[in-house]
Amino acid sequence: MTPLAGYLLVAALLFAIGLAGALTRRNAILVLIGIELMLNAANLNLIAFWRYGPHPEALTGMMFAIFSIAVAAAEAAVGLGLVISIHRHTRSTDLDSMNRMKG
Amino acid sequence: MQETISFTPQLGASAVTQLLWLIPAVPIVASGVIALFKQPLRRMSSALAIGSLSFSLLLSMFAFAHVVSGWIGGNAVRETVNFTWIQVGTSHVDLGWVLDPLSAVMLVMVTLVGLLIFIYSTGYMAHDENYTRFFCFLSLFAGAMLAVVIANSLLLLFMGWELVGLTSYLLIGFWYQKPSAAAAAKKAFITTRIGDIFFLLGIVWLFAQTGTLLFYNGGAGSMEAAALAGLLTQPAALGLTAAGAIGLLIFCGAAGKSGQFPLHVWLPDAMEGPTPVSALIHAATMVAAGVYLIARVYPLMQAGALAGGSTTALTVVTWVGASTAVFAALIAVAQNDIKRILAYSTVSQLGYMMAGLGMGGVAVGMFHLITHAFFKALLFMGAGSVIHGCHEEQDIRKMGGLKSDMPVTFLTYTIGMLALCGFPLLFSGFWSKDGILEAAQHWSVAKAPFYMLVFGALLTAFYMMRQVAYVFTGHWRGHKPAHESPAVMTVPLAILAFFAIALGVIGTPLWPWFRAFLNGQAASFDLHGFSEPGLLTLMLTSSVVVFIGLGLGWRMYVGRAPAADEPDALEKAMPTVWGWLRDKFFIDELYGATFIAFYWFWARVADWLDRRVWGGIVSGVARLTAAWARLNRFLDTYWVDGSFDKGCEELATGGGLLSRVESGRVQTYLRLLAVGVVLLAAILIWSSRG
Repeated sequence: MTPLAGYLLVAALLFAIGLAGALTRRNAILVLIGIELMLNAANLNLIAFWRYGPHPEALTGMMFAIFSIAVAAAEAAVGLGLVISIHRHTRSTDLDSMNRMKG
Repeated sequence: MQETISFTPQLGASAVTQLLWLIPAVPIVASGVIALFKQPLRRMSSALAIGSLSFSLLLSMFAFAHVVSGWIGGNAVRETVNFTWIQVGTSHVDLGWVLDPLSAVMLVMVTLVGLLIFIYSTGYMAHDENYTRFFCFLSLFAGAMLAVVIANSLLLLFMGWELVGLTSYLLIGFWYQKPSAAAAAKKAFITTRIGDIFFLLGIVWLFAQTGTLLFYNGGAGSMEAAALAGLLTQPAALGLTAAGAIGLLIFCGAAGKSGQFPLHVWLPDAMEGPTPVSALIHAATMVAAGVYLIARVYPLMQAGALAGGSTTALTVVTWVGASTAVFAALIAVAQNDIKRILAYSTVSQLGYMMAGLGMGGVAVGMFHLITHAFFKALLFMGAGSVIHGCHEEQDIRKMGGLKSDMPVTFLTYTIGMLALCGFPLLFSGFWSKDGILEAAQHWSVAKAPFYMLVFGALLTAFYMMRQVAYVFTGHWRGHKPAHESPAVMTVPLAILAFFAIALGVIGTPLWPWFRAFLNGQAASFDLHGFSEPGLLTLMLTSSVVVFIGLGLGWRMYVGRAPAADEPDALEKAMPTVWGWLRDKFFIDELYGATFIAFYWFWARVADWLDRRVWGGIVSGVARLTAAWARLNRFLDTYWVDGSFDKGCEELATGGGLLSRVESGRVQTYLRLLAVGVVLLAAILIWSSRG
């Protein structure tokens, strides 16, 4: 059986790739994809710690992961909705042009 | 001549006495109301003044009738209403008013003469633009004078006394745009103030000695036997008792107000005021207040006198009065201003009254006061009518022949003049002056006042004849022709002329009603009045003296008054004497060279000290303060404000730097977040290792 560190390593890589994507991409949709990657890294961690934890017979980790996926789906829907709405206004999805939040 | 007065003490005052305070109060209130009127309400202001004084006259008549009826019923009325004004601990100051024959007579005289003069003023002042102000002051004067008359407390009397002094000042200076009027007003105020200082000292001393300033208070007043006995045992300086010293101090006040010799200088100058004022205040009423005051405190002045004797205070009063009578009559001979002649005549007659009080008692002096009030008011108002008719000309050398132009004025003026001269039998002035001469003849201390007063009578007849000759006979020496005054002015003249004749009836030796009334004795019609030793001789002597004076005046002036630029007949004969008389014995110059120069010197010293020494100190302190303030301002600007400004600037810069972080780019925020998380993780790992 693969040791816990392998899973954690994969999850950390996944998180770092997602973070890099979210920070460097100009396109809002690609940033959203990066964020999804980071969320999935967190889900992987939840499953891994559950499976190698003291009570693998209780389905707690699984439950967390399913909840997290559901929330991530909802969040992705809201995020995409926002992006589309912004695109309607500005005809672009470039995040650099979206700086009107500053006071 | 000093009869004992036997007034029965009265408990509980009658209704008319209870209401006596209304007599002064109503004109004073009217004056206050008039003060609120504007200039266009001329008719209303004079109507209010006349109406309020008419009310006072009516009430005075009631009071007089009450006193007379009580007197006929056999008891002399002296009713008082007293109340406590100030209470400090156990000592208290009382005020109150009194109704007795003395105040009743004065009340009727003041209100009657005052009312006639008010009516006359509506004509005389008709064209003056400050008509309402004039009636406001007149009304205030009338109220204050009536307060003096009814006062039963020396303090209340003093209050009224000062108020009449104030209104006198205001009315002398009524035409204040004339510098001479303003100066005369100040002179009058300051001169009478000198007398009043001594008067006030007398009041304070009397209060300290007797503990009361009430005249009559059912046996506890300061003019009643108990208090007087106490005052007599108290010695003062120079061999005087306290009673004598206080009497003399009070006389100083009376001398100032009544223009007696050393303090007479203000009264002739007071003629700068409007003529009704001269008639009302400076002839009939206010100047007589001094005489009235002496009559009021007569028990004090008389205290300690043996039967038929005199006291120091009364002797001083007599001598001052007699010398003033002659002195002022002499000056009057050589004056050319119609009102100034009358003014000196007033001073002289006030001297007669004082001498009469000093030698003959209250009734003698007061009788002359009352008759004089009527005929002198008549003369002044006649003079006012002449001035009015001659277009504000006051120099008798520029008049002449007014007999035919102003017949009513001429007739009434002649009556007044004859009454003043003491023309025998017919005129009131004869009887009142005769009373004084008779008292002087019997005076036990010295005979000189008698001769002085007889000489004064000669001079009086002479200067009045001279004046009448100048004004009414000969030919007209002015420019524009004169005209008679309106009826509103001549009718009061006629009424006063009637009194100038008729008042003599109540004071003849045949029927000495007035004297008996004032002294609270029964009056009797007695033919033996004339058979007193020496009386007929005296009457004959005074008549002869009057005829000599009138005759001399007639011979020298009637029909031969010189033109305005020619010297007077007397001046041609005796230029040196004339010069002394014309310049009033240089009394004003003497005062100018002594008292005024003295005060002038000290005023300059004080001025120098004020400018250089005290002013220097004050401005030095001011300069120090200013320097200190400048330092403070410097510190404030460059230190306190500077550091504050700098702090603010730094804050603003810091804020600007921080605001760059808030770029609005979500990815920047995220980047910072990531860095923060990495840092936190590093710290956590670092710390868990250690």
